[in-house]
Amino acid sequence: MSSKTIKTISNPKLKLEVLTQEEVIKIHETTLQIIEKVGVRFPSKRALEIWEANGADVNYEKKIVRVKPHIIEDALKKAPPAYKLAARDPQQDLLLDGNHVNLGTDGCGVEVIDINTGEKRTSCLQDVRDIARIADATEEVAFHWVAVSAQDAPVEARGLHELKAVWENSTKHVQTESVYNVEEAKAAIEMAALIVGGKDKLRERPVLSLMQCTAPPLGHDGGSLDAALLAAEFGIPTGFMTMAACATTGPTTMAGNLVVGNAEVIAGTALLQLAYPGAPVFYAAAQTASDLRTGAYTGGGPEDFLFGAATNILADFYNIPLSMGSFATGAKEPNWQAGLEGSLSTFMASIVMSDMLLGCGFLHGSRIWSFAEMMLDCEIFCIIHKMMQGIEVNDETLAIDSIAAVGPGGHYLGQKHTRKHMRELFMPQFMDRRPYSEWETKKDDARDWAVSKARKTLKEHQPDPLDENISKEMDRIIKSVEK
Amino acid sequence: MSEELYKEMAQSIIDGDSDISTELAKKSIELKMHPLETITKGFVVGVNYIGDQFGLGEAFLPELVMAGEAMKAAIAVLEPELLKLGETRQMLGRVVLATVEGDIHEIGKTLVGTMLSASGFEVVDLGVDQPADNIIGKALEINADIIGMSALLTTTMVRQREVIEELDKEGLRPRIKVMVGGAPITRDWVTKIKADGYSEDAIGAVKIAKDLVGKGDQ
Repeated sequence: MSSKTIKTISNPKLKLEVLTQEEVIKIHETTLQIIEKVGVRFPSKRALEIWEANGADVNYEKKIVRVKPHIIEDALKKAPPAYKLAARDPQQDLLLDGNHVNLGTDGCGVEVIDINTGEKRTSCLQDVRDIARIADATEEVAFHWVAVSAQDAPVEARGLHELKAVWENSTKHVQTESVYNVEEAKAAIEMAALIVGGKDKLRERPVLSLMQCTAPPLGHDGGSLDAALLAAEFGIPTGFMTMAACATTGPTTMAGNLVVGNAEVIAGTALLQLAYPGAPVFYAAAQTASDLRTGAYTGGGPEDFLFGAATNILADFYNIPLSMGSFATGAKEPNWQAGLEGSLSTFMASIVMSDMLLGCGFLHGSRIWSFAEMMLDCEIFCIIHKMMQGIEVNDETLAIDSIAAVGPGGHYLGQKHTRKHMRELFMPQFMDRRPYSEWETKKDDARDWAVSKARKTLKEHQPDPLDENISKEMDRIIKSVEK
Repeated sequence: MSEELYKEMAQSIIDGDSDISTELAKKSIELKMHPLETITKGFVVGVNYIGDQFGLGEAFLPELVMAGEAMKAAIAVLEPELLKLGETRQMLGRVVLATVEGDIHEIGKTLVGTMLSASGFEVVDLGVDQPADNIIGKALEINADIIGMSALLTTTMVRQREVIEELDKEGLRPRIKVMVGGAPITRDWVTKIKADGYSEDAIGAVKIAKDLVGKGDQ
């Protein structure tokens, strides 16, 4: 198997109807009503002017726009339904076409469980490099988010140092969630242009995409809006992610929370289409429930899993790709809770064919990066990948000859049919299926094996290097932002 | 008569009903009840009850917040009456809260504010995107005991350090204590910037604030 292979879920056999068509329309219509009557905050002069020019009711003082439904609906129709995320290596390009579920690394954490010492510490630029390199060699990882914050890099160009670190250590597509002002976005686009040989090539080969968080309830961040508008101008795929959480930043009821998140996302997306019709955009969400005792964002639990499935129905309704938060867990170490939350959230987001899944590797509500967790999450993705293929039923798989040959009693271990198909059975890397006595002598488990695999990969994998001149040019661009 | 009314007051807080708590506060003035007794024998009983229930795992955060808001509404009616009598409510301390410059995230910080005022702190919440000068200026203006700063981004949390450095430069610490919070804030960061207190959630923040003003037992 070539290290260039990327494992994505496609041609699914499983289906789930989490919302009926009538329910989706009801959510949509309520959303439009909220955007028209209550409004959404757009704290960006440029955004407010675009809204005004397109007939929205703009309150410049409060920075709130109220928009008639048809303006939003017409704008959303201009968004392309499918496009590709280009990679530095074109054979690793990804399709966002509704028939591929692509897994990314999660982001943007602030601490790392050190791969060697096992101690938790503040994240740094070297971690961004290491994670990118391991992700480059891991076939389940289709693209990168900036996994952790390079807290030893200067604040004003941190997002750029992180991007360069990923590009230098991987040939896969990079989506950054850590560039949220126009200066850094401008530089990031210049850096991406170096890879594809010019800004005008980015529309065709977007090796970079941008994810901007909304500011729920019903708001956006000014820097994010300006960065998103700039990206849209150059055909850089851009999405707005809502993390509206039941009972704190969104209504307690799930339907109401979907409405609030939807209003933020579709209003932001419509803005990009009004400014740059046809710009590639995506819907992004990581909605969840708040913990009733602490108010914390939980990133797990049954509400989270249902949101995972429901949001893609909304994105499908608007006919744009979805980037869905999955795998987030509140667990403090790779344990029962982490496995449970990772599995169910990812299964629910996958069964509806979310185009992008964010992502593997985190503990404690996307704050602490764990290399073991990354590997374990990838195995969960493999299991779901296998499940999504469903059960194939035809003469060959019904195995009539084999059943007849074995007859009552006997076994199938000696059958040619077995030999032919046995590798279709799932073989885990990290599940403990050993004899009890073997475990008893070693007392090791999935976490140990996962971190060993990550260590081995980090030690052995050499990614295709980025052209030295491009690296140097990137340094120059970063310096110019640092002043 | 007043016993009955005290009970209703406590219940209005437990129910988190600001309309009723306001109404009852007004009624107590009409009845010429002493505002300080109205607060301590009536409304505070409700706040304490909800606090205890929360501690037992029977009440949840929204109930705490609504109790805090109902309490605030009642106090707003009673405070002018107290001033007329030349009296003030015994407060645990004064707190200036803000989200640092360049950052617009405020849910957590607002929640901390509500919890602190419900627990007997005087809180001035400056809102979001606040430069160091504003925060320190306000702290000096109201003679604050504590500055509380929030940040959600790793790129803005460095502003917390700037405020602390500025306070040190002006020789305002340890007179003014600093507590910090926000999703990216870790114990390491708190140690690094030499903040006085840190909590991962609003409930914890109340305990920290009490400790910082030397009233951890209240």
